[in-house]
Amino acid sequence: MDIFIAPIKFHNNLLLQNLVTELSKRFYCKIHVVNLNVNLDDFFSIERKQYFSTQIIAEAIKLTDEFNGKIIMLTDVDIFVPALTFVFGEAQLNGKHSILSVCRLHEEFYSGISNENLLLERTIKEILHELGHNYGLRHCADWDCVMHASNGIEEVDIKGNTFCRKCISNVETYKY
Amino acid sequence: MDNRERILIVDDEKIVRESLYHWFEEENYIVDTAEDGETALKKYAKEKFDLLLVDMKMPGMSGLDLLSKIKAIDKDALIILITAFASVPTAITALKTGAYDYVTKPVDPDELAHLVKKALEQRALKIENTKLKENIDEIIKPDNLIGESYQMKKIYELVHSVARTDTTVMIRGESGTGKELVAKAIHINSSRKYSPIITVNCGALAESLLESELFGHEKGSFTGAQFKRKGKFEMANGGTIFLDEIGSISLRMQIEMLRVIETKQFNRVGGNELIKSDFRVITATNEPLEELVKAGKFREDLYYRLNVFTVVIPPLRERRDDIPLLVSFFINKFSTVMNKKIKSVSKEAMDFLMNYDWPGNVRELENAIERAMVVGKSDSIIVDDLPFHVSKTNFELDGNEKSLSSMEKKFIQKILHENNWNISKTAQILEIDRVTLYNKINKYELRKEEF
Repeated sequence: MDIFIAPIKFHNNLLLQNLVTELSKRFYCKIHVVNLNVNLDDFFSIERKQYFSTQIIAEAIKLTDEFNGKIIMLTDVDIFVPALTFVFGEAQLNGKHSILSVCRLHEEFYSGISNENLLLERTIKEILHELGHNYGLRHCADWDCVMHASNGIEEVDIKGNTFCRKCISNVETYKY
Repeated sequence: MDNRERILIVDDEKIVRESLYHWFEEENYIVDTAEDGETALKKYAKEKFDLLLVDMKMPGMSGLDLLSKIKAIDKDALIILITAFASVPTAITALKTGAYDYVTKPVDPDELAHLVKKALEQRALKIENTKLKENIDEIIKPDNLIGESYQMKKIYELVHSVARTDTTVMIRGESGTGKELVAKAIHINSSRKYSPIITVNCGALAESLLESELFGHEKGSFTGAQFKRKGKFEMANGGTIFLDEIGSISLRMQIEMLRVIETKQFNRVGGNELIKSDFRVITATNEPLEELVKAGKFREDLYYRLNVFTVVIPPLRERRDDIPLLVSFFINKFSTVMNKKIKSVSKEAMDFLMNYDWPGNVRELENAIERAMVVGKSDSIIVDDLPFHVSKTNFELDGNEKSLSSMEKKFIQKILHENNWNISKTAQILEIDRVTLYNKINKYELRKEEF
């Protein structure tokens, strides 16, 4: 089973390239970049000025029957689920689809100062995190594990960038 | 067994329920949802949830209504309310109704995660604390009640059997037998143990003061009432009220008390607000209440209301086997307080203590030991250390005093002492004239200072 990255309203090609390289090092499976014909504007909330991630995933499910693997949508736009102010990402637990927004992973969002290395590091952590949910993992109590909950950017930065020994056994094709 | 915490999300909006469901599921909780208050109540009745997230505004049963209903079933239920608009009145209403906290939709995930974590941690600590307390309680005997005699063992059994119920208890026994200790023992072994036991000595207060003491008063309700004050019935909320010397209250107060005990509602003196209080009643008396009822001095209905379960404490003279144990307990108690090295009682002194009738019961014995500990010079209490009236006036027959004259001397000595050397009164009791008594005093060389 391969991993498919689907950029939607995502314009940082360098980050995308770096992500593929980094993920290829970590997984035995192939990493593909695919084009998904999802119109995000259909899921835009005028009131919140954000995109409803659960509905985006529901739309993606309809379009990805032929993909044999995990599909992660990558976007620059800010996403939300009702009841919460925002989410970094959303994934189907024990499923195939997930979405990750890099909007709030940018350091500019918090300090106004750009930091591409930090953005790459944060994005890798959150992609691994959402993939972990796809592989059936829930949040882990171990701060060194990438499956630790991150409800704020500080927690993204604090937690580890790989799976702990307990969680790793669930993630097929993960190298280390 | 899955020991993950269980969360119930109650919201009429499907998308809110679902988003929170997935979010909490990923957080490693066991999550369930309900679309309205009725469904939530049914689910709550079937299984225990550690936390409920409840939307304030729902069609049908509102979040606040649901909160009240769940709190009525389980007062420790942990509920966080979710509201669309933050407002101070909303927050106050939510917290007053017993919600742990409230959050405004949409909530910051970090804030929600912390709130839920903190709430569940507090709950876990509370449960752990209760368990620890229960473990400690298991090794607490009915406290300072001392005695291993058959009679006392029967009392312990009664205390244990009645403590777990909420039955009204009447404790009867002579003065100084430890009625208050038995009341405390019942309280600490009951489910009300974490709330206070409030003691009221009904005999020690004038009627007007007793009324204010029991029911409280509003500011300015009478001269001297400068501030509002809670009454003992109000203070005993959740716990026990111990009404000592219940036989001494006036008929008017008896009517008031009957009403309060039956309704658990009352007004403060000078107040209109109806105060509700949940208390257990334990009373004590050393008076023959049945005779007071016959004489019309104690209301029959109140008597039956109070005399549901009776514990009778025997006087010390009927459980002499406990005297050495009590003596040892008091010696230990006072040696620590007074920093004295006295550790025992001489055989002669113990014989005195065992043979004395103890009209003042355990309290008198305690005072006797305290006094002996103060005056005692050696490491053991001797006869001379005991209070005068105990050691010297104890009329008894022992093997060395078989002659009539020695017994007569001792008996006259006792009656004289009991009447503080009032010659006329002593002569009257002994049924002899005063001259004869003077002759006897001279004959036996009795002197007041001898005592």
